[in-house]
Amino acid sequence: MRIASSADSSSNNSRSQMIMADSGSSDEVAVICNTDITSTESENNLINTMVERGTALLKKMEISVAEADKRTGKNTVNMQETYTVYLIETRPAESVSEEGTPAAPDTLWRRYSEFELLRTYLLVTYPYIIVPPLPEKRAEFVWHKLSADNLDPDFVERRRVGLENFLLRLASHPVLSNDNIFFLFLTEEKGWREAVLETGFQDKADSRLKSLSAMFRVKNPDKRFTALKHYSEDLSTVISQLLRIRARVADRLYGVYKVHANYGRVFSEWSAIEKEMGDGLQSAGHHMDTYAASIDDILEEEEHYADQLKEYLFYTEAVRSVCRKHELIQYELEMAAQDLSYKKQQKEELETGTVRIFSLKGMTSKLFGQETQEQRESKVAALEQSIQEGEDALKEKNAESQEFVEKAWNDIERFNEQKEKDLREALISYAIMQISMCKKGIQVWSNAKECFNKM
Amino acid sequence: YIHKQSDLNERTCVEPNTSLADGNPMPNSPDSMVNQFRLDEENEEEQQGAINKDIFVTVDNPESHISAIETFITYRVVTRTTCSEFDSSEYEVRRRYQDFLWLKSRLEENYPTLIIHPLPEKFVMKSMVERFNDDFIETRRKALHRFLNRIADHPILSCSHHFKVFLTEEELAPHRKLGPGFLSRMSETMRAMANSVRGLRSKLEEFAVMQEYVDDFSNKMCSVDKVTNRIIKEHREYMDELKQYGPTYFQWAESEELLAEPLKGVGSCVERCSKETEEQIQHLSEVLVPTLHEYVLCADTLKAVMRRRDNIQAEFEAKNEALASRTTDKEMVDDLADRVEQANNALRGDWSRWRTSMRADLKSAFISTAAKNVDYYEKVSLTYCPSSLYAVCLQTSRTLASWFFRAALLPHRC
Repeated sequence: MRIASSADSSSNNSRSQMIMADSGSSDEVAVICNTDITSTESENNLINTMVERGTALLKKMEISVAEADKRTGKNTVNMQETYTVYLIETRPAESVSEEGTPAAPDTLWRRYSEFELLRTYLLVTYPYIIVPPLPEKRAEFVWHKLSADNLDPDFVERRRVGLENFLLRLASHPVLSNDNIFFLFLTEEKGWREAVLETGFQDKADSRLKSLSAMFRVKNPDKRFTALKHYSEDLSTVISQLLRIRARVADRLYGVYKVHANYGRVFSEWSAIEKEMGDGLQSAGHHMDTYAASIDDILEEEEHYADQLKEYLFYTEAVRSVCRKHELIQYELEMAAQDLSYKKQQKEELETGTVRIFSLKGMTSKLFGQETQEQRESKVAALEQSIQEGEDALKEKNAESQEFVEKAWNDIERFNEQKEKDLREALISYAIMQISMCKKGIQVWSNAKECFNKM
Repeated sequence: YIHKQSDLNERTCVEPNTSLADGNPMPNSPDSMVNQFRLDEENEEEQQGAINKDIFVTVDNPESHISAIETFITYRVVTRTTCSEFDSSEYEVRRRYQDFLWLKSRLEENYPTLIIHPLPEKFVMKSMVERFNDDFIETRRKALHRFLNRIADHPILSCSHHFKVFLTEEELAPHRKLGPGFLSRMSETMRAMANSVRGLRSKLEEFAVMQEYVDDFSNKMCSVDKVTNRIIKEHREYMDELKQYGPTYFQWAESEELLAEPLKGVGSCVERCSKETEEQIQHLSEVLVPTLHEYVLCADTLKAVMRRRDNIQAEFEAKNEALASRTTDKEMVDDLADRVEQANNALRGDWSRWRTSMRADLKSAFISTAAKNVDYYEKVSLTYCPSSLYAVCLQTSRTLASWFFRAALLPHRC
């Protein structure tokens, strides 16, 4: 997705700010940059390594979601339920104890609903930011082998990885990483919930919900935001489709591999009745078993690829909500401007005595007599007051809108670069996975061929 | 093979002895021919090669014949031969499936305990194949070709009078009416039934072992055949999904700019993979499946051969018993005793011959399949191989290119 270049300057500023903040410790740069590269390439590298170098937060601490565990407790309707909790480990960066081993981390347990609460808080507090998504609540796009059960160990494990990814995304975000509630989420087990509620974000959350579901039409939509909204809708559709078909392909491939185990069984039985052919058949059969078993690891690895795509599928929702928020602000701006111009017109009418706008008041005064000079003057004064307030409101709305647009486009640019890099990497690692799968296949069938030769 | 004089009397064609080295045919006397055919276990495979093939048959050019009564397919059968039993060196005739059936039953009658390569099956309604479907006709043609060539290769069967008639006579119909046919088949079945009721006195150990092997072999062949067909089915379903998978990447590429290249790259890789899978399926269908199928039919042939051998022995035993009650004469019993020995020897000889070619056929089919699979994975691996994707990485960023290699070495991290 190409961004209009007007936003470039602001993003450059933010980037250079970033560089200044981190300039103290260049030794933390990841060791993947070449030294003989052009300036555009080096800029790319800087962006890429920003995640590596990290924000101020990431410089301070290492974050991971180390484990998952089951708990039982009473829920809101006082019924027993089993749920999973995840262990968050934080460790000061580069911490080494006297013996040379890394220091013990600080830990706390969080359940999925607390992650959800954190995210909702961030969505409301930073409406111009594309907030990283959580891993899916329920397993979707599964192929037959994976269970859709939330307590299934494979699902829990992949969710653990997804939650860690979520926290690291937050921690490497130039804006979100500085949020205090996020910091408390990582460090304060008790009392975090209260701290979140104390921010009063709940009220904003309700109004946000209202605005997101409201129907309104904007007269002059921002072309860039409209394009972005359409793009994210397209992306959502195409990734969903891709994930669906990929799951079916995985299912079929599983079938192909597993059915070869039957060769293993039959060759083994057949070798028992043959003299010269027996050995060759027997060992060929073993290779067939190996072949059939190899698909489990192959598809397990492919799930990582699916998870990467899923993350960006969920990201499209966050993008859309930023667009929506902008629409709302734009609408409110238009309303404020409309309101102001209406009031101004009313004042003009009252002053000149002409009725340009049909109004009931105007008509009744015509029918039932004019107002006194005094009455008119007090009305005008009241209007002037109202106009002043309206102008202030409009100025405020304009400022709000501009600020929103600037901050939003900053983040949209950042997001786009991140998306390009991540998805490109995902596609490349998919290709690598396919090559690795082929190599295994070549190995097994070459071995089998050798065995058949000995038949 | 130790021929009885009666067998040799059936024909007197001279099999030229050709060593593979010089390739010059040299005529031999019947006696040296017998020596040549003497069973020699160590040099068996060598002998097979040394026995020069002098009858070359091809089956091709299927044509449909439409008449008022019926529609059927005929195949062109071309024979080239240097055998002096044949008047000419080249023949061309047209034969239909029924004619092949006739030949097979004649051979079975004359050589009850020789192992005759199976014919392709008759058309069965429940298999979804149309009778005049091109694939069906082609598969059948190849099988008919193999059938005739196996007979031509066989040291005894190739000398059969009926075989010669089949290859040379313009019209087969007059020959089909002559000779034992329906009636003898009938009596054979009745004899078989009678004998199965009575049971065999004693079966030689070697034939009991053979029988057990035949039963097991039949089971195994059916299993392998079934598994192979399932594999083809799974491959097909996989390929169908791949055909939908590839286009989705291209569709995505349409709404992207920088990502369009790698997306299209992966999309075309998936397309290539689907094409290779199609080829893989074709190879399986053309090489492994027909071979396995023929050996499933072979197993049935073997069972029939064992049954016929048992019948011959049973007949002898019946008459032998009857000697005691003087309801038959010694000469007849001696004849039958000879028949038993003849049948057993023929079977023994042909058994090891069959085992050798079975081993060779199946080994070759499996090797070919494994080689094709290696080839498949090599081709797919090459299509995903960095040349397109790496170049894309290198264009945008060397960091990305080094990521490419790192990703190959390190486990995935976010």
